[in-house]
Amino acid sequence: MVQHPWPAARDSRKEPASPARLLVIDRVFKALADPSRRHLLDLLHRENGQTLTALCEHMDMTRQAVTQHLQQLEEANLVAIVWQGREKLHYLNPVPLHEIHERWIEKFERSRLFALRELKKSLEGDDDDKT
Amino acid sequence: MTKPSFVYVTYIATTPEKVWQALVDTDVTRKYWADPTSDSPAHVNVSDWKTGSQWEHQRLDDARTVDMVGKVVESTPPRRLVITWARPKEARENSKHSRVTFDIEPQGGGLVRLTVTHEDLERDPQMFEGISNGWPKVLSNLKTLLETGRALPHSPLAA
Repeated sequence: MVQHPWPAARDSRKEPASPARLLVIDRVFKALADPSRRHLLDLLHRENGQTLTALCEHMDMTRQAVTQHLQQLEEANLVAIVWQGREKLHYLNPVPLHEIHERWIEKFERSRLFALRELKKSLEGDDDDKT
Repeated sequence: MTKPSFVYVTYIATTPEKVWQALVDTDVTRKYWADPTSDSPAHVNVSDWKTGSQWEHQRLDDARTVDMVGKVVESTPPRRLVITWARPKEARENSKHSRVTFDIEPQGGGLVRLTVTHEDLERDPQMFEGISNGWPKVLSNLKTLLETGRALPHSPLAA
């Protein structure tokens, strides 16, 4: 199993928004910012556990360029590696995507729902005043 | 090892012992093995966690409904836990069991790498689908719990 060059995030236990932690999320967003890398994730979603050679068949670029994109996805923990004999298999790892969903998307969704509830409360409060 | 169906990796700022405890101790499991956006009860995994023992994935409802069963294949605290995974009605049919491996590796810098590998799921598309939705939630809940000491809130606006 290949080890990830992962930044130390010792502080994150006490300080959820520490620089080390932000760095981790930065890598995920950076990795997702490139259409070729998103395409690689789509290919792995369609068929998980592919080799570099199999992935290259669907990519309009050199093998070396694909390797570099995969490396960046691996560093962002979006791709996990499993060695099967001498074959290096690439797996889509959706856990960081789920964390983004929780930290960002659901968070904003919650505040939107909260705003609606407050609006409803204040409108209903107005109704109460009239009656 | 067969070619895994899924591989999930998360890095958690904690110790291998705490990750192990979170997997086997129902008092910890109940805090994160749940879908925070749903009102359905959490699950716990019940076993003595000895190699060869049975384990049950129990729903925390009044009846303690058993939703999944299996055997403990390997139990090496705090580094590696391997279990089989099957529906209760298929408990006796070993060929229908899939296999889950938890690898817990210290990474230095106070980080632990937890890898969950699920094998032999391809022959069961329904389970495949449920599993692919379930693990990312469970693992990010676990990370949040171990790093902050807090379980994720249960849909605060549902009430």
